[in-house]
Amino acid sequence: MQKYFVRRVILMLPTLIGLTFVVFMAVRLLPGDVINQIVGESGDATPEMREALEERYNLNGNVGVRYVEWSAGLLRGDLGNSIISDRPVTQHLRERVAVTVELGILALIASQLIALPVGIISAVRQDSIVDHLARSLSILLLAVPSFWLALLAITYGFVWFGWTPPLRYAEIWDDPASNIRSLWVPALILGAALSGTLMRLTRSTVIEVLRQDYVRTARAKGLRERSTVLHHVMRNALIPVVTVIGLQVPVVVGGTVVLESIFGLPGLGSFLLDSVQHRDYPAVQGVVLISGTVVILTNLLVDLTYPLLDPRIR
Amino acid sequence: MRALRDFIRYKPVGAFGLAVILALLVTAAIPGVIAPSHYSDFDLLNRFQDPSSSHIFGTDNQGRDVFSRVVYGARTSVTIGLGVVLLAAVFSTTIGLVSGYYGKLPDLIIQRLIDIWQAFPGLIFIIFLLSIFSPSQLTLIVALGVLFTAGSSRVIRSSVLQVKQGLFVEAARSTGASDTRILLRHILPNIAPILIINASVQIGAVILVETSLSFLGFGIPPPFPSWGGMLQAAQPDMQQHPYLALFPGLAIVLTVYSFNMLGDALRDVLDPRMRGMR
Repeated sequence: MQKYFVRRVILMLPTLIGLTFVVFMAVRLLPGDVINQIVGESGDATPEMREALEERYNLNGNVGVRYVEWSAGLLRGDLGNSIISDRPVTQHLRERVAVTVELGILALIASQLIALPVGIISAVRQDSIVDHLARSLSILLLAVPSFWLALLAITYGFVWFGWTPPLRYAEIWDDPASNIRSLWVPALILGAALSGTLMRLTRSTVIEVLRQDYVRTARAKGLRERSTVLHHVMRNALIPVVTVIGLQVPVVVGGTVVLESIFGLPGLGSFLLDSVQHRDYPAVQGVVLISGTVVILTNLLVDLTYPLLDPRIR
Repeated sequence: MRALRDFIRYKPVGAFGLAVILALLVTAAIPGVIAPSHYSDFDLLNRFQDPSSSHIFGTDNQGRDVFSRVVYGARTSVTIGLGVVLLAAVFSTTIGLVSGYYGKLPDLIIQRLIDIWQAFPGLIFIIFLLSIFSPSQLTLIVALGVLFTAGSSRVIRSSVLQVKQGLFVEAARSTGASDTRILLRHILPNIAPILIINASVQIGAVILVETSLSFLGFGIPPPFPSWGGMLQAAQPDMQQHPYLALFPGLAIVLTVYSFNMLGDALRDVLDPRMRGMR
Protein backbone atom coordinates (compact mmCIF):
# COMPACT_ATOMS: atom_id res chain seq x y z
CA MET A 1 0.00 0.00 0.00
CA GLN A 2 2.74 2.41 0.99
CA LYS A 3 4.68 1.39 -2.10
CA TYR A 4 1.65 2.19 -4.24
CA PHE A 5 1.37 5.67 -2.72
CA VAL A 6 5.06 6.43 -3.16
CA ARG A 7 5.03 5.14 -6.75
CA ARG A 8 2.04 7.30 -7.64
CA VAL A 9 3.57 10.42 -6.10
CA ILE A 10 6.86 9.87 -7.93
CA LEU A 11 5.06 9.30 -11.24
CA MET A 12 3.44 12.70 -10.83
CA LEU A 13 6.78 14.53 -11.06
CA PRO A 14 7.47 13.99 -14.79
CA THR A 15 3.91 15.09 -15.47
CA LEU A 16 4.44 18.35 -13.61
CA ILE A 17 7.75 18.92 -15.36
CA GLY A 18 6.09 18.20 -18.70
CA LEU A 19 3.42 20.78 -17.96
CA THR A 20 5.95 23.52 -17.15
CA PHE A 21 8.03 22.62 -20.20
CA VAL A 22 5.12 22.85 -22.62
CA VAL A 23 3.90 26.12 -21.09
CA PHE A 24 7.41 27.57 -21.37
CA MET A 25 8.08 26.35 -24.90
CA ALA A 26 4.71 27.33 -26.37
CA VAL A 27 5.45 31.02 -25.91
CA ARG A 28 9.05 30.62 -26.98
CA LEU A 29 8.20 28.76 -30.19
CA LEU A 30 5.57 31.28 -31.17
CA PRO A 31 5.36 31.54 -34.94
CA GLY A 32 6.23 35.07 -35.97
CA ASP A 33 7.60 36.02 -32.55
CA VAL A 34 5.79 37.17 -29.40
CA ILE A 35 7.46 40.55 -29.49
CA ASN A 36 5.94 41.36 -32.89
CA GLN A 37 2.55 40.43 -31.55
CA ILE A 38 2.97 42.57 -28.46
CA VAL A 39 4.35 45.67 -30.16
CA GLY A 40 2.54 44.92 -33.42
CA GLU A 41 -0.40 47.23 -32.97
CA SER A 42 1.53 50.10 -31.43
CA GLY A 43 3.87 50.31 -34.42
CA ASP A 44 7.65 50.10 -34.39
CA ALA A 45 9.83 49.23 -31.45
CA THR A 46 13.44 50.29 -31.02
CA PRO A 47 16.05 47.50 -30.87
CA GLU A 48 16.60 48.30 -27.18
CA MET A 49 12.92 47.86 -26.43
CA ARG A 50 12.91 44.54 -28.26
CA GLU A 51 15.91 43.36 -26.28
CA ALA A 52 14.33 44.32 -22.99
CA LEU A 53 11.14 42.51 -23.94
CA GLU A 54 13.04 39.44 -25.08
CA GLU A 55 14.85 39.35 -21.76
CA ARG A 56 11.56 39.55 -19.90
CA TYR A 57 9.87 36.81 -21.86
CA ASN A 58 12.85 34.47 -21.61
CA LEU A 59 13.17 34.59 -25.39
CA ASN A 60 16.88 35.25 -25.63
CA GLY A 61 19.81 33.03 -24.77
CA ASN A 62 20.00 29.28 -24.62
CA VAL A 63 16.64 27.48 -24.35
CA GLY A 64 17.79 25.02 -21.71
CA VAL A 65 19.40 27.65 -19.51
CA ARG A 66 16.42 29.96 -19.68
CA TYR A 67 14.02 27.10 -18.92
CA VAL A 68 15.99 26.13 -15.84
CA GLU A 69 16.09 29.75 -14.67
CA TRP A 70 12.38 30.14 -15.30
CA SER A 71 11.41 26.96 -13.49
CA ALA A 72 13.69 27.84 -10.58
CA GLY A 73 11.61 31.01 -10.38
CA LEU A 74 8.45 28.88 -10.31
CA LEU A 75 9.79 26.93 -7.35
CA ARG A 76 10.30 30.20 -5.49
CA GLY A 77 6.76 31.20 -6.41
CA ASP A 78 7.90 33.72 -8.99
CA LEU A 79 5.80 33.67 -12.15
CA GLY A 80 7.11 36.99 -13.44
CA ASN A 81 5.23 40.26 -13.64
CA SER A 82 2.07 40.96 -15.55
CA ILE A 83 2.71 43.15 -18.58
CA ILE A 84 -0.44 45.16 -18.06
CA SER A 85 -0.30 45.93 -14.35
CA ASP A 86 3.42 45.26 -13.78
CA ARG A 87 2.48 43.48 -10.54
CA PRO A 88 3.64 39.91 -9.82
CA VAL A 89 1.40 37.38 -11.55
CA THR A 90 1.20 35.38 -8.32
CA GLN A 91 -0.45 38.36 -6.63
CA HIS A 92 -3.14 38.45 -9.34
CA LEU A 93 -3.67 34.72 -9.07
CA ARG A 94 -4.01 34.91 -5.29
CA GLU A 95 -6.75 37.53 -5.60
CA ARG A 96 -8.63 35.50 -8.16
CA VAL A 97 -8.27 31.90 -7.09
CA ALA A 98 -10.87 31.81 -4.29
CA VAL A 99 -13.83 32.57 -6.58
CA THR A 100 -12.90 29.86 -9.05
CA VAL A 101 -12.22 27.23 -6.41
CA GLU A 102 -15.52 28.00 -4.68
CA LEU A 103 -17.44 27.89 -7.95
CA GLY A 104 -15.76 24.62 -8.93
CA ILE A 105 -16.45 22.92 -5.61
CA LEU A 106 -20.07 24.10 -5.53
CA ALA A 107 -20.52 22.83 -9.09
CA LEU A 108 -19.08 19.41 -8.23
CA ILE A 109 -21.36 19.19 -5.18
CA ALA A 110 -24.35 20.24 -7.28
CA SER A 111 -23.57 17.66 -9.97
CA GLN A 112 -23.48 14.90 -7.36
CA LEU A 113 -26.64 16.08 -5.62
CA ILE A 114 -28.36 15.85 -8.99
CA ALA A 115 -26.70 12.77 -10.43
CA LEU A 116 -26.36 10.30 -7.55
CA PRO A 117 -30.01 10.15 -6.39
CA VAL A 118 -31.33 10.15 -9.96
CA GLY A 119 -28.81 7.51 -11.05
CA ILE A 120 -29.50 5.25 -8.07
CA ILE A 121 -33.29 5.47 -8.32
CA SER A 122 -33.03 4.90 -12.05
CA ALA A 123 -30.99 1.73 -11.47
CA VAL A 124 -33.13 0.35 -8.64
CA ARG A 125 -36.30 0.91 -10.68
CA GLN A 126 -34.75 -0.29 -13.92
CA ASP A 127 -37.01 0.02 -17.00
CA SER A 128 -39.76 1.84 -15.11
CA ILE A 129 -41.13 5.18 -16.27
CA VAL A 130 -38.89 6.96 -13.76
CA ASP A 131 -35.89 5.20 -15.28
CA HIS A 132 -36.86 6.21 -18.81
CA LEU A 133 -37.36 9.83 -17.77
CA ALA A 134 -34.06 9.89 -15.91
CA ARG A 135 -32.21 8.41 -18.87
CA SER A 136 -33.73 10.89 -21.30
CA LEU A 137 -32.71 13.68 -18.93
CA SER A 138 -29.12 12.46 -18.73
CA ILE A 139 -28.89 12.11 -22.51
CA LEU A 140 -30.27 15.59 -22.97
CA LEU A 141 -27.88 17.06 -20.40
CA LEU A 142 -24.96 15.59 -22.35
CA ALA A 143 -26.00 17.63 -25.38
CA VAL A 144 -26.62 20.98 -23.70
CA PRO A 145 -23.67 23.37 -23.52
CA SER A 146 -23.35 25.02 -20.10
CA PHE A 147 -22.94 28.50 -21.61
CA TRP A 148 -26.30 28.16 -23.34
CA LEU A 149 -27.99 27.12 -20.07
CA ALA A 150 -26.43 30.20 -18.50
CA LEU A 151 -27.74 32.47 -21.27
CA LEU A 152 -31.21 30.97 -20.93
CA ALA A 153 -31.11 31.47 -17.16
CA ILE A 154 -30.20 35.12 -17.60
CA THR A 155 -32.71 35.68 -20.41
CA TYR A 156 -35.73 33.85 -19.05
CA GLY A 157 -34.85 34.57 -15.42
CA PHE A 158 -35.35 38.19 -16.38
CA VAL A 159 -38.34 37.71 -18.69
CA TRP A 160 -40.28 35.46 -16.30
CA PHE A 161 -39.10 36.40 -12.80
CA GLY A 162 -37.40 39.76 -13.26
CA TRP A 163 -34.21 38.14 -11.90
CA THR A 164 -30.79 39.41 -12.94
CA PRO A 165 -27.42 38.17 -11.71
CA PRO A 166 -25.95 40.43 -8.99
CA LEU A 167 -23.60 43.05 -10.42
CA ARG A 168 -21.25 43.22 -7.47
CA TYR A 169 -19.29 40.25 -6.21
CA ALA A 170 -18.43 39.89 -2.51
CA GLU A 171 -15.91 37.43 -1.08
CA ILE A 172 -17.42 34.68 1.05
CA TRP A 173 -15.68 35.91 4.24
CA ASP A 174 -16.84 39.49 3.69
CA ASP A 175 -20.50 38.90 2.94
CA PRO A 176 -21.50 35.21 2.74
CA ALA A 177 -25.13 35.83 1.75
CA SER A 178 -24.24 38.09 -1.14
CA ASN A 179 -21.45 35.72 -2.16
CA ILE A 180 -23.84 32.77 -2.42
CA ARG A 181 -26.35 34.95 -4.30
CA SER A 182 -23.69 35.50 -6.97
CA LEU A 183 -22.54 31.91 -7.15
CA TRP A 184 -25.49 29.57 -6.77
CA VAL A 185 -26.88 29.97 -10.27
CA PRO A 186 -23.57 29.47 -12.15
CA ALA A 187 -22.69 26.58 -9.82
CA LEU A 188 -26.03 24.90 -10.42
CA ILE A 189 -25.69 25.32 -14.19
CA LEU A 190 -22.18 23.93 -14.30
CA GLY A 191 -23.27 21.11 -11.99
CA ALA A 192 -26.22 20.26 -14.23
CA ALA A 193 -23.98 20.20 -17.30
CA LEU A 194 -21.62 17.80 -15.51
CA SER A 195 -24.31 15.56 -14.09
CA GLY A 196 -25.28 13.87 -17.39
CA THR A 197 -22.17 11.69 -17.53
CA LEU A 198 -22.26 11.00 -13.82
CA MET A 199 -25.93 9.95 -13.92
CA ARG A 200 -25.35 7.44 -16.70
CA LEU A 201 -22.33 6.01 -14.96
CA THR A 202 -24.01 5.78 -11.54
CA ARG A 203 -26.95 3.97 -13.10
CA SER A 204 -24.85 1.41 -14.97
CA THR A 205 -22.49 0.64 -12.08
CA VAL A 206 -25.35 0.32 -9.58
CA ILE A 207 -27.15 -2.07 -11.95
CA GLU A 208 -23.99 -4.12 -12.26
CA VAL A 209 -23.45 -4.31 -8.51
CA LEU A 210 -27.12 -5.17 -7.90
CA ARG A 211 -26.54 -8.38 -9.90
CA GLN A 212 -23.70 -9.54 -7.63
CA ASP A 213 -24.07 -12.63 -5.45
CA TYR A 214 -23.47 -10.81 -2.18
CA VAL A 215 -26.39 -8.51 -2.91
CA ARG A 216 -28.60 -11.57 -3.36
CA THR A 217 -27.22 -12.87 -0.05
CA ALA A 218 -28.01 -9.62 1.69
CA ARG A 219 -31.54 -9.74 0.38
CA ALA A 220 -31.90 -13.44 1.19
CA LYS A 221 -30.96 -12.88 4.81
CA GLY A 222 -33.88 -10.48 4.99
CA LEU A 223 -32.10 -7.15 4.89
CA ARG A 224 -34.38 -4.31 3.94
CA GLU A 225 -33.98 -3.06 0.37
CA ARG A 226 -33.03 0.38 1.62
CA SER A 227 -30.08 -0.75 3.67
CA THR A 228 -29.02 -3.25 1.00
CA VAL A 229 -28.72 -0.46 -1.51
CA LEU A 230 -27.18 2.07 0.84
CA HIS A 231 -24.66 -0.16 2.59
CA HIS A 232 -23.86 -3.02 0.27
CA VAL A 233 -24.36 -1.59 -3.17
CA MET A 234 -23.25 2.00 -2.81
CA ARG A 235 -19.78 1.42 -1.49
CA ASN A 236 -18.87 -0.77 -4.44
CA ALA A 237 -20.74 1.19 -7.04
CA LEU A 238 -19.00 4.40 -6.01
CA ILE A 239 -15.51 3.34 -7.07
CA PRO A 240 -15.88 4.15 -10.78
CA VAL A 241 -17.95 7.19 -9.85
CA VAL A 242 -15.04 8.62 -7.86
CA THR A 243 -12.78 8.18 -10.89
CA VAL A 244 -15.17 10.06 -13.08
CA ILE A 245 -15.45 12.90 -10.60
CA GLY A 246 -11.66 13.09 -10.85
CA LEU A 247 -11.80 13.03 -14.63
CA GLN A 248 -14.36 15.83 -14.54
CA VAL A 249 -12.04 18.27 -12.80
CA PRO A 250 -10.53 19.46 -16.12
CA VAL A 251 -14.08 19.95 -17.42
CA VAL A 252 -14.97 21.95 -14.30
CA VAL A 253 -11.87 24.10 -14.74
CA GLY A 254 -12.86 24.81 -18.35
CA GLY A 255 -16.48 25.38 -17.38
CA THR A 256 -15.55 28.00 -14.79
CA VAL A 257 -13.90 30.06 -17.57
CA VAL A 258 -17.16 30.16 -19.52
CA LEU A 259 -19.45 30.80 -16.55
CA GLU A 260 -17.21 33.42 -14.95
CA SER A 261 -17.20 35.30 -18.22
CA ILE A 262 -21.01 35.19 -18.54
CA PHE A 263 -21.79 36.05 -14.92
CA GLY A 264 -18.98 38.58 -14.58
CA LEU A 265 -17.28 36.76 -11.69
CA PRO A 266 -13.73 37.95 -10.91
CA GLY A 267 -12.09 34.50 -10.96
CA LEU A 268 -9.14 32.89 -12.74
CA GLY A 269 -11.22 32.23 -15.85
CA SER A 270 -12.10 35.85 -16.49
CA PHE A 271 -8.50 36.76 -15.63
CA LEU A 272 -7.35 34.30 -18.31
CA LEU A 273 -9.64 35.82 -20.92
CA ASP A 274 -8.58 39.39 -20.05
CA SER A 275 -4.91 38.41 -20.16
CA VAL A 276 -5.30 36.65 -23.50
CA GLN A 277 -6.98 39.70 -24.93
CA HIS A 278 -4.08 41.91 -23.84
CA ARG A 279 -1.45 39.35 -24.86
CA ASP A 280 -0.24 39.32 -21.26
CA TYR A 281 1.71 36.08 -21.67
CA PRO A 282 3.22 35.79 -18.16
CA ALA A 283 -0.31 36.05 -16.75
CA VAL A 284 -1.68 33.50 -19.25
CA GLN A 285 1.17 31.13 -18.44
CA GLY A 286 0.38 31.56 -14.74
CA VAL A 287 -3.26 30.57 -15.16
CA VAL A 288 -2.43 27.58 -17.36
CA LEU A 289 0.20 26.41 -14.88
CA ILE A 290 -2.02 26.72 -11.85
CA SER A 291 -5.01 25.01 -13.46
CA GLY A 292 -2.79 22.24 -14.87
CA THR A 293 -1.31 21.68 -11.44
CA VAL A 294 -4.78 21.48 -9.89
CA VAL A 295 -5.79 18.86 -12.46
CA ILE A 296 -2.64 16.80 -11.86
CA LEU A 297 -3.07 16.96 -8.09
CA THR A 298 -6.73 15.92 -8.19
CA ASN A 299 -5.84 12.99 -10.45
CA LEU A 300 -3.29 11.99 -7.87
CA LEU A 301 -5.86 12.36 -5.11
CA VAL A 302 -8.32 10.15 -6.99
CA ASP A 303 -5.66 7.47 -7.49
CA LEU A 304 -4.79 7.63 -3.81
CA THR A 305 -8.40 7.25 -2.65
CA TYR A 306 -8.86 4.12 -4.81
CA PRO A 307 -7.26 1.68 -2.38
CA LEU A 308 -9.28 3.16 0.47
CA LEU A 309 -12.50 2.40 -1.38
CA ASP A 310 -11.48 -0.85 -3.00
CA PRO A 311 -9.26 -3.07 -0.84
CA ARG A 312 -8.50 -5.30 -3.84
CA ILE A 313 -6.21 -2.62 -5.30
CA ARG A 314 -3.95 -2.56 -2.23
CA MET B 1 -30.40 -1.71 -47.76
CA ARG B 2 -31.58 -4.49 -45.50
CA ALA B 3 -29.05 -3.40 -42.88
CA LEU B 4 -30.43 0.13 -42.99
CA ARG B 5 -34.00 -1.14 -42.57
CA ASP B 6 -33.00 -3.23 -39.57
CA PHE B 7 -31.14 -0.26 -38.12
CA ILE B 8 -34.26 1.92 -38.36
CA ARG B 9 -36.42 -0.82 -36.89
CA TYR B 10 -34.26 -1.79 -33.93
CA LYS B 11 -32.57 1.53 -33.27
CA PRO B 12 -35.25 4.17 -33.90
CA VAL B 13 -33.50 6.83 -31.83
CA GLY B 14 -30.21 6.17 -33.60
CA ALA B 15 -32.01 6.36 -36.92
CA PHE B 16 -33.52 9.70 -35.88
CA GLY B 17 -29.98 10.88 -35.10
CA LEU B 18 -28.82 9.64 -38.49
CA ALA B 19 -31.65 11.49 -40.26
CA VAL B 20 -30.84 14.76 -38.47
CA ILE B 21 -27.15 14.36 -39.26
CA LEU B 22 -27.84 13.72 -42.95
CA ALA B 23 -30.00 16.85 -43.05
CA LEU B 24 -27.22 18.72 -41.26
CA LEU B 25 -24.59 17.55 -43.74
CA VAL B 26 -26.75 18.68 -46.66
CA THR B 27 -27.29 22.04 -44.93
CA ALA B 28 -23.57 22.45 -44.37
CA ALA B 29 -22.80 21.54 -47.98
CA ILE B 30 -25.33 23.87 -49.67
CA PRO B 31 -26.37 26.54 -47.14
CA GLY B 32 -26.95 29.03 -49.96
CA VAL B 33 -29.78 26.92 -51.37
CA ILE B 34 -31.55 26.47 -48.03
CA ALA B 35 -31.09 29.88 -46.42
CA PRO B 36 -33.53 32.58 -47.59
CA SER B 37 -30.77 35.19 -47.57
CA HIS B 38 -26.98 35.47 -47.40
CA TYR B 39 -25.45 35.31 -43.90
CA SER B 40 -24.17 38.89 -44.06
CA ASP B 41 -27.19 40.55 -45.76
CA PHE B 42 -28.09 43.27 -43.28
CA ASP B 43 -31.13 45.51 -43.15
CA LEU B 44 -30.80 48.22 -40.52
CA LEU B 45 -34.47 49.21 -40.89
CA ASN B 46 -35.54 45.76 -39.74
CA ARG B 47 -33.43 45.15 -36.67
CA PHE B 48 -34.71 42.89 -33.87
CA GLN B 49 -37.79 41.64 -35.74
CA ASP B 50 -39.56 38.98 -33.72
CA PRO B 51 -39.92 35.59 -35.42
CA SER B 52 -42.59 35.86 -38.13
CA SER B 53 -43.43 34.30 -41.48
CA SER B 54 -40.87 36.47 -43.30
CA HIS B 55 -38.08 35.80 -40.75
CA ILE B 56 -38.97 32.54 -39.00
CA PHE B 57 -36.18 32.93 -36.39
CA GLY B 58 -36.39 36.75 -36.36
CA THR B 59 -33.59 39.19 -37.15
CA ASP B 60 -30.52 40.24 -35.12
CA ASN B 61 -28.98 43.57 -34.10
CA GLN B 62 -27.98 44.35 -37.70
CA GLY B 63 -31.26 43.15 -39.17
CA ARG B 64 -29.70 39.93 -40.46
CA ASP B 65 -31.99 36.91 -40.83
CA VAL B 66 -31.24 34.62 -37.84
CA PHE B 67 -32.49 31.50 -39.63
CA SER B 68 -30.05 32.06 -42.52
CA ARG B 69 -27.21 32.55 -40.07
CA VAL B 70 -28.11 29.36 -38.19
CA VAL B 71 -28.10 27.52 -41.55
CA TYR B 72 -24.65 28.87 -42.49
CA GLY B 73 -23.44 28.23 -38.94
CA ALA B 74 -24.03 24.51 -39.52
CA ARG B 75 -21.08 24.57 -41.91
CA THR B 76 -18.76 25.83 -39.15
CA SER B 77 -19.71 23.16 -36.64
CA VAL B 78 -19.77 20.33 -39.20
CA THR B 79 -16.43 21.26 -40.78
CA ILE B 80 -14.68 21.63 -37.45
CA GLY B 81 -16.39 18.57 -35.93
CA LEU B 82 -15.49 16.27 -38.83
CA GLY B 83 -12.03 17.76 -39.29
CA VAL B 84 -11.15 17.29 -35.63
CA VAL B 85 -12.47 13.74 -35.47
CA LEU B 86 -10.57 12.76 -38.64
CA LEU B 87 -7.35 14.33 -37.44
CA ALA B 88 -7.68 12.80 -33.98
CA ALA B 89 -8.41 9.42 -35.61
CA VAL B 90 -5.22 9.55 -37.68
CA PHE B 91 -3.05 10.63 -34.73
CA SER B 92 -4.60 8.32 -32.17
CA THR B 93 -4.58 5.29 -34.48
CA THR B 94 -0.90 5.76 -35.24
CA ILE B 95 -0.06 6.20 -31.56
CA GLY B 96 -2.33 3.37 -30.43
CA LEU B 97 -0.99 0.93 -33.03
CA VAL B 98 2.65 1.64 -32.25
CA SER B 99 2.18 1.69 -28.48
CA GLY B 100 -0.01 -1.41 -28.35
CA TYR B 101 1.83 -3.50 -30.94
CA TYR B 102 5.45 -2.90 -29.95
CA GLY B 103 4.85 -2.77 -26.19
CA LYS B 104 7.84 -2.64 -23.80
CA LEU B 105 9.86 0.59 -23.72
CA PRO B 106 8.12 2.47 -26.58
CA ASP B 107 4.79 1.71 -24.93
CA LEU B 108 5.99 2.88 -21.52
CA ILE B 109 7.36 6.16 -22.88
CA ILE B 110 4.30 6.86 -25.03
CA GLN B 111 1.89 6.12 -22.19
CA ARG B 112 3.71 8.46 -19.79
CA LEU B 113 3.57 11.20 -22.46
CA ILE B 114 -0.16 10.58 -22.83
CA ASP B 115 -0.49 10.97 -19.05
CA ILE B 116 1.03 14.44 -19.31
CA TRP B 117 -1.14 15.23 -22.33
CA GLN B 118 -4.30 14.29 -20.45
CA ALA B 119 -3.31 16.33 -17.41
CA PHE B 120 -3.81 19.58 -19.32
CA PRO B 121 -7.15 21.23 -18.64
CA GLY B 122 -8.44 21.04 -22.22
CA LEU B 123 -10.35 24.26 -22.74
CA ILE B 124 -7.77 26.42 -20.95
CA PHE B 125 -4.94 24.89 -22.90
CA ILE B 126 -6.71 25.51 -26.19
CA ILE B 127 -7.35 29.12 -25.24
CA PHE B 128 -3.63 29.34 -24.47
CA LEU B 129 -2.74 27.87 -27.89
CA LEU B 130 -5.22 30.06 -29.73
CA SER B 131 -3.84 33.15 -27.98
CA ILE B 132 -0.48 32.29 -29.54
CA PHE B 133 -1.57 30.96 -32.94
CA SER B 134 -4.29 33.32 -34.15
CA PRO B 135 -7.68 31.57 -34.49
CA SER B 136 -8.67 30.27 -37.90
CA GLN B 137 -10.52 27.20 -39.05
CA LEU B 138 -7.23 25.32 -39.46
CA THR B 139 -5.70 26.24 -36.08
CA LEU B 140 -8.98 25.34 -34.37
CA ILE B 141 -9.04 21.93 -36.02
CA VAL B 142 -5.40 21.23 -35.20
CA ALA B 143 -5.68 22.39 -31.57
CA LEU B 144 -8.87 20.42 -30.92
CA GLY B 145 -7.54 17.42 -32.86
CA VAL B 146 -4.46 17.28 -30.68
CA LEU B 147 -6.62 17.62 -27.55
CA PHE B 148 -8.94 14.78 -28.50
CA THR B 149 -6.11 12.46 -29.60
CA ALA B 150 -4.94 11.46 -26.12
CA GLY B 151 -8.12 9.79 -24.88
CA SER B 152 -8.80 7.94 -28.15
CA SER B 153 -5.27 6.62 -28.38
CA ARG B 154 -5.86 4.81 -25.06
CA VAL B 155 -8.99 3.14 -26.39
CA ILE B 156 -7.24 2.08 -29.58
CA ARG B 157 -4.16 0.83 -27.77
CA SER B 158 -6.24 -1.45 -25.59
CA SER B 159 -8.02 -2.98 -28.58
CA VAL B 160 -4.68 -3.45 -30.37
CA LEU B 161 -3.42 -5.30 -27.30
CA GLN B 162 -6.40 -7.60 -27.59
CA VAL B 163 -6.29 -8.11 -31.37
CA LYS B 164 -2.57 -8.83 -31.53
CA GLN B 165 -3.10 -11.96 -29.42
CA GLY B 166 -5.15 -13.43 -32.30
CA LEU B 167 -3.96 -16.57 -34.09
CA PHE B 168 -4.20 -14.84 -37.45
CA VAL B 169 -1.50 -12.42 -36.35
CA GLU B 170 0.69 -15.36 -35.38
CA ALA B 171 -0.06 -16.97 -38.77
CA ALA B 172 0.82 -13.80 -40.65
CA ARG B 173 4.08 -13.51 -38.77
CA SER B 174 5.01 -17.15 -39.49
CA THR B 175 4.60 -16.51 -43.21
CA GLY B 176 7.24 -13.83 -42.86
CA ALA B 177 5.00 -10.73 -42.99
CA SER B 178 6.70 -7.53 -41.84
CA ASP B 179 5.49 -5.57 -38.80
CA THR B 180 4.14 -2.83 -41.05
CA ARG B 181 2.18 -5.35 -43.09
CA ILE B 182 0.77 -7.01 -39.96
CA LEU B 183 -0.21 -3.64 -38.52
CA LEU B 184 -1.85 -2.30 -41.67
CA ARG B 185 -3.34 -5.43 -43.23
CA HIS B 186 -4.24 -7.53 -40.20
CA ILE B 187 -4.62 -5.44 -37.07
CA LEU B 188 -5.99 -2.19 -38.51
CA PRO B 189 -9.03 -3.79 -40.24
CA ASN B 190 -9.87 -5.57 -37.01
CA ILE B 191 -9.95 -2.40 -34.95
CA ALA B 192 -11.90 -0.46 -37.59
CA PRO B 193 -15.24 -0.82 -35.76
CA ILE B 194 -13.64 0.67 -32.63
CA LEU B 195 -12.39 3.60 -34.70
CA ILE B 196 -15.86 4.26 -36.10
CA ILE B 197 -17.54 3.99 -32.71
CA ASN B 198 -14.96 6.20 -31.07
CA ALA B 199 -15.22 8.89 -33.75
CA SER B 200 -19.01 8.96 -33.69
CA VAL B 201 -19.13 9.16 -29.89
CA GLN B 202 -16.48 11.88 -29.91
CA ILE B 203 -17.94 14.24 -32.47
CA GLY B 204 -20.71 15.52 -30.17
CA ALA B 205 -18.13 16.43 -27.53
CA VAL B 206 -15.99 18.14 -30.17
CA ILE B 207 -18.90 20.29 -31.30
CA LEU B 208 -19.67 21.26 -27.70
CA VAL B 209 -16.08 22.43 -27.16
CA GLU B 210 -16.05 24.21 -30.53
CA THR B 211 -19.23 26.15 -29.71
CA SER B 212 -17.83 27.08 -26.27
CA LEU B 213 -14.67 28.39 -27.91
CA SER B 214 -16.65 30.33 -30.51
CA PHE B 215 -18.77 31.72 -27.69
CA LEU B 216 -15.65 32.94 -25.86
CA GLY B 217 -14.42 34.61 -29.05
CA PHE B 218 -11.84 32.01 -30.09
CA GLY B 219 -13.81 30.57 -32.98
CA ILE B 220 -13.53 31.26 -36.66
CA PRO B 221 -13.33 35.00 -37.28
CA PRO B 222 -16.55 36.92 -38.13
CA PRO B 223 -18.53 37.70 -40.25
CA PHE B 224 -18.94 33.99 -41.07
CA PRO B 225 -21.49 32.77 -38.54
CA SER B 226 -20.98 30.06 -35.93
CA TRP B 227 -23.61 29.06 -33.41
CA GLY B 228 -21.37 29.89 -30.44
CA GLY B 229 -20.44 33.24 -31.95
CA MET B 230 -24.10 34.08 -32.57
CA LEU B 231 -24.87 33.41 -28.90
CA GLN B 232 -21.98 35.61 -27.85
CA ALA B 233 -23.24 38.43 -30.07
CA ALA B 234 -26.77 38.00 -28.68
CA GLN B 235 -25.71 38.69 -25.08
CA PRO B 236 -26.41 42.45 -24.84
CA ASP B 237 -29.87 42.18 -26.42
CA MET B 238 -31.18 38.80 -25.34
CA GLN B 239 -33.21 39.98 -22.33
CA GLN B 240 -35.29 42.16 -24.65
CA HIS B 241 -35.24 39.64 -27.50
CA PRO B 242 -35.08 36.12 -26.01
CA TYR B 243 -35.36 34.40 -29.41
CA LEU B 244 -31.79 35.54 -30.14
CA ALA B 245 -30.51 33.27 -27.36
CA LEU B 246 -32.88 30.46 -28.21
CA PHE B 247 -32.38 29.30 -31.81
CA PRO B 248 -28.59 28.94 -32.16
CA GLY B 249 -28.59 27.03 -28.84
CA LEU B 250 -31.36 24.70 -30.01
CA ALA B 251 -29.32 24.01 -33.14
CA ILE B 252 -26.34 23.02 -30.97
CA VAL B 253 -28.42 20.78 -28.71
CA LEU B 254 -30.16 19.03 -31.62
CA THR B 255 -26.84 18.44 -33.41
CA VAL B 256 -24.95 17.14 -30.40
CA TYR B 257 -27.92 15.01 -29.31
CA SER B 258 -28.17 13.44 -32.77
CA PHE B 259 -24.47 12.62 -32.95
CA ASN B 260 -24.58 11.12 -29.45
CA MET B 261 -27.61 8.97 -30.32
CA LEU B 262 -26.09 7.77 -33.58
CA GLY B 263 -22.86 6.99 -31.75
CA ASP B 264 -24.67 4.95 -29.10
CA ALA B 265 -26.64 3.03 -31.73
CA LEU B 266 -23.54 2.34 -33.82
CA ARG B 267 -21.74 1.08 -30.76
CA ASP B 268 -24.56 -1.35 -30.02
CA VAL B 269 -24.59 -2.60 -33.59
CA LEU B 270 -20.85 -2.76 -34.26
CA ASP B 271 -19.54 -3.90 -30.91
CA PRO B 272 -21.41 -6.95 -29.65
CA ARG B 273 -19.73 -6.81 -26.24
CA MET B 274 -21.31 -3.46 -25.51
CA ARG B 275 -24.78 -4.53 -26.55
CA GLY B 276 -27.48 -3.44 -24.15
CA MET B 277 -25.14 -1.22 -22.16
CA ARG B 278 -25.89 2.42 -21.67
